[in-house]
Amino acid sequence: MPDAPGLELIAQELNEGFEGAVTSTYFEHGQGALVIDPERVLDVLGWLRDTPGQEYRFLSSLHCADYMPGEPRFGVHYELLCMQRVERLGVKAAVPDPGDGELPQVDSCTNLFPTAEFHEREVYDFFGIVFRGHPDLRRILMPEDYEGWPLRRDFPIGGEPVLFTHNEVETPGWWE
Amino acid sequence: MSASESAVGSGQSADQGSDLIGAAPVERTDALEGADREEELFTVNMGPHHPATHGVLRLVVTLEGEVVKELRPIVGYVHTGIEKSCEDNSYWKVIPFVERMDYLSYFFNMEAFCGVVERLIDLEIPDRAKYLRVIHLELNRIHSHLVWMATTCIDLGAISMFWYGFRERDKVLDLFEMSAGQRMHTRYFQVGGVFEDIPRGFEAKLRSFLAEMPSRLDQYEAILDRNEIFLRRTKNVGIVSRERMLELGITGPLLRAAGEPWDLRRVSPSLAYGDFDFNIPIGTVGDGYDRYRVRMQEIRESLRIVEQALDGLPEGPHIADERKFVLPPRDELATSMEALIHHFKLVTEGYRVPPGEAYYAIESPRGELGCFVVADGSAKPARVHIRDPSFVNLQSLREMSLDGYVADLIQNVAMLDPILGGIDR
Repeated sequence: MPDAPGLELIAQELNEGFEGAVTSTYFEHGQGALVIDPERVLDVLGWLRDTPGQEYRFLSSLHCADYMPGEPRFGVHYELLCMQRVERLGVKAAVPDPGDGELPQVDSCTNLFPTAEFHEREVYDFFGIVFRGHPDLRRILMPEDYEGWPLRRDFPIGGEPVLFTHNEVETPGWWE
Repeated sequence: MSASESAVGSGQSADQGSDLIGAAPVERTDALEGADREEELFTVNMGPHHPATHGVLRLVVTLEGEVVKELRPIVGYVHTGIEKSCEDNSYWKVIPFVERMDYLSYFFNMEAFCGVVERLIDLEIPDRAKYLRVIHLELNRIHSHLVWMATTCIDLGAISMFWYGFRERDKVLDLFEMSAGQRMHTRYFQVGGVFEDIPRGFEAKLRSFLAEMPSRLDQYEAILDRNEIFLRRTKNVGIVSRERMLELGITGPLLRAAGEPWDLRRVSPSLAYGDFDFNIPIGTVGDGYDRYRVRMQEIRESLRIVEQALDGLPEGPHIADERKFVLPPRDELATSMEALIHHFKLVTEGYRVPPGEAYYAIESPRGELGCFVVADGSAKPARVHIRDPSFVNLQSLREMSLDGYVADLIQNVAMLDPILGGIDR
């Protein structure tokens, strides 16, 4: 893990290269993370992957969290790993909710990290975040015709009635 | 047309057939030489209900004759929304949920979740709990690899291995039943330590298992290592280069079989893994045979770790003495009002976890198992995500299987060791 000063150095170098890319950093429970502008995801990830001395070449996980009612609403987390130094670095793209039923958009990092393909499909499936440039952005775990983004915080739990023979009559046309 | 040709061909060889069947190597000729390839492509579904897919996995396979030309895995048939359900339950009630994701390595799921919560509340677990966790994790790894061996060999036609593998696995389950009361989905790990200390007689039973298991492994390897059918089915099949594996995010025995000595137990030892002496088996080619060898050797290394942990098992409490997060001992409830209040609060409301987020990864039998939890200060997690190794490793199946035979595809799925409960969550 880069320690807290090391994290600041990375943030500073990134901001010198890409103006305003890193908005803040945080270091908790022994793990450091950069909070970045969602428009600069590819710049930051590419820099962290290819710059000598950084070389976070392994993306171990990509996941999303809904921070509602916090702003910006979504956080897309990239868990980077440098296998040589055994260092993990979190990168969090703070993605605001555009509202009006529109879906938030982030650039897909599948060209940098091919492993992200399934991860990004999963994030799209559950949170409705569109990854621009993803080769095959479809739902992965939910049915193809499913409506809604089930892991968002405003999606109700238990919202779907379970069909049994005793309540068939209450949901006419369920077989269609 | 090609079908009738090949039928004629096989008829001729049967006429000649003074040779013993199987004595000569099967010639892998291109049956469609000269035919219009595009016309011969056809797409079939393999699964979701197919015994060789190790669960409810559907593979849309485009075939040219018997050769796989394109493959698309379709998952989600056993998706049960566990991550969403976790958000509606207090932290201690989440443990049984995450256990049921990867149903063959439930101790690992528990450890990933408990470990991340312990980091969020900065709770150090006692040494004895660390050792007990290591013992159970490694027994779980042995159990998982034995089920893998049993089911893989049944896919390759060796049905006797299935009985042998399940016979030994049952002994591990007996041990789990003894210490935790359940054979599967034990809920044995708690935030702060383990639920109960190991009972009397556990150590003796475990030692007899440790003494017996190496000879059993010798027997399995005597059956498989020089088995002509097994070798031909596995050698040089399903090779993906080490570099490509890393790009695809593959971890665990698949990556180690390709020659990358990456094991989280060694590089970032959590629990008490730093105290033990063990080796990391790696392969050279990265074919199915290497994957088999790596897993068999991992069982031996796990036995070594369990033995060392049992020898060095420290005395002391098995769970942290932290009344804000850990249930008080049962006997205190009858005498202490304080204990009763703590018990009541912990069971009804649960404990609150200060706001924060953490990612914690451990080495499961299938690779990096990570758990990501966002806490918002309430008694329920705001987000629980499990990075399941089966889910990520499935991405390599396409490259393993392209331009190979359907029979090799079955072998590749088996060597992948996918657990669909973990993939679909």
